[in-house]
Amino acid sequence: MIEPFLDLLQYRFFTNALLASVFTSINCGIIGTYIVSRRLVFISGGITHASFGGIGIGYFFGFNPLVSATVFAVFSALGIEFISKKADVREDSLIGIFWSFGMALGVIFIFIAPGYAPNLMGYLFGSLLTVSPGDIMMMMAVTVLVSGFFLLFYKVILFISFDQEYARTHKAPVQFINYLLISLVAATIVLSIKVAGIILVISLLTIPQTIANLFTKKFGNMMAISVLIAFLGTFAGLLISYNYNIPSGASVIMSLIFAFIIAKLLSILATGIRVRKTYLDGTEKPNSY
Amino acid sequence: MGRIVELNNVTAGYAGNVVLKDVTLEVNDNDFIGIIGPNGGGKTTLLRVILGLLRPYRGRVTFFNGHERGTGDIIGYLPQINQIDTRFPISVTDVVLSGLMSKEGLLGRYSGKQKKLAEELLARMGIYGIRKKAIGELSGGQLQRVYLCRAIISSPRLLMLDEPNTFVDTKFETDFYGILKDLNNDMAIIVVSHDVGTITWYVKTIACVNGNLHYHPYSTITQEQLAAYNCPIQIITHGDVPHTVLETHRR
Repeated sequence: MIEPFLDLLQYRFFTNALLASVFTSINCGIIGTYIVSRRLVFISGGITHASFGGIGIGYFFGFNPLVSATVFAVFSALGIEFISKKADVREDSLIGIFWSFGMALGVIFIFIAPGYAPNLMGYLFGSLLTVSPGDIMMMMAVTVLVSGFFLLFYKVILFISFDQEYARTHKAPVQFINYLLISLVAATIVLSIKVAGIILVISLLTIPQTIANLFTKKFGNMMAISVLIAFLGTFAGLLISYNYNIPSGASVIMSLIFAFIIAKLLSILATGIRVRKTYLDGTEKPNSY
Repeated sequence: MGRIVELNNVTAGYAGNVVLKDVTLEVNDNDFIGIIGPNGGGKTTLLRVILGLLRPYRGRVTFFNGHERGTGDIIGYLPQINQIDTRFPISVTDVVLSGLMSKEGLLGRYSGKQKKLAEELLARMGIYGIRKKAIGELSGGQLQRVYLCRAIISSPRLLMLDEPNTFVDTKFETDFYGILKDLNNDMAIIVVSHDVGTITWYVKTIACVNGNLHYHPYSTITQEQLAAYNCPIQIITHGDVPHTVLETHRR
């Protein structure tokens, strides 16, 4: 079991993939907890797909598609936030518009770009095994930004996310923090595309958090547990992807879904045991106030 | 005794629709004002203007710090509880501590002293036992008390409550207003309610908001006053038992 794994570590592409998994898990564990807690899953889906426009632009003009996708995703995210606040447009409709606009733009640029678009499948479904050192540097930069920001501003992020209106009555910089966080969401999403692909990346931002939420109801704990679960999921997915030569996005998600089912069963079992212990043997009364 | 906040000829609303018209109100230390009025009459809008959440179209809101013009962060606020997402992963103690947001910077953690203060408040409200629970696990009455702790942890000069008796049983309601009466020794209170019968038993003065604001310097209201102000509520009077008197029914 250990031997073949140690052998794999000798390959550069594998250590790169492993590093990418670590950084992506940290980013997605933290940002995903914010997304799930604030119910921003739909806007995150919109940003993810809109970023395809940036990938198309990158292909067409011949620079790293992840760079242009990051820029495009951040502007889409800020655009959705800003327009839905200022102009009288429903936020979810606006998300739908950005979602399809980015995809359409991406398709157009990829089709008019000369020659065959290599790695297109990788961007759509994830391709952990082809992560480049440049990609890893970008992921690490986002990890430093995300974890630094959350460590420093944990308190205010928690309070603003929990009750924006109340935070506003305390003159907290709600709008500024919201714009900053949605930009970090966009950057995290784009830098996770290599792992899970545009179509599947939302899973890294929701499944680990949903599993963590089964065991804790605290924001900070949820982040820590999500990071761990995201890493276990991507690591398992990476091994499967390597062994069976399937896109890493699909194998990562299958691992995570499997973990979710196990965790859900465990939590049902644990609740059953706790209820039995607490109420049926009569040693403890249900506590009210 | 001093002025806390003053509203001068405030007109406010949403998306160009005027909800509050030309409202003037002065709030002083130790006031206990009940705000009543029909749904859509502008009760919550009035609170939002005072809180600085809504910029009025016309008029001025002035805060006083002693006799100087002061800042707005002297208010404790308890919103309607159905406005808050109770599935958010946050513990009771953290919710209470969030009431210190403007007194603390944006950085760092809370000190042990502040945590102790939060726990003392929870104990005072009789909910110390739930301090580590997530807010999603609480009943309506418990939640209401947690939000009250959050509103008063910063020792505000003015406490504003929006419909604090929604989703709460009668037993708890009595306790709750008892707590408010105690708090009123230390801070002015404005409470919005459509449960006219209960609040008039506790408040010192009443303001009826129905587009305009009519201030009654007593906690009883006569039918004539109401008719003049176009406030569609009952008459209120107090005896040994608080009661409301309905106008003779016309056939």
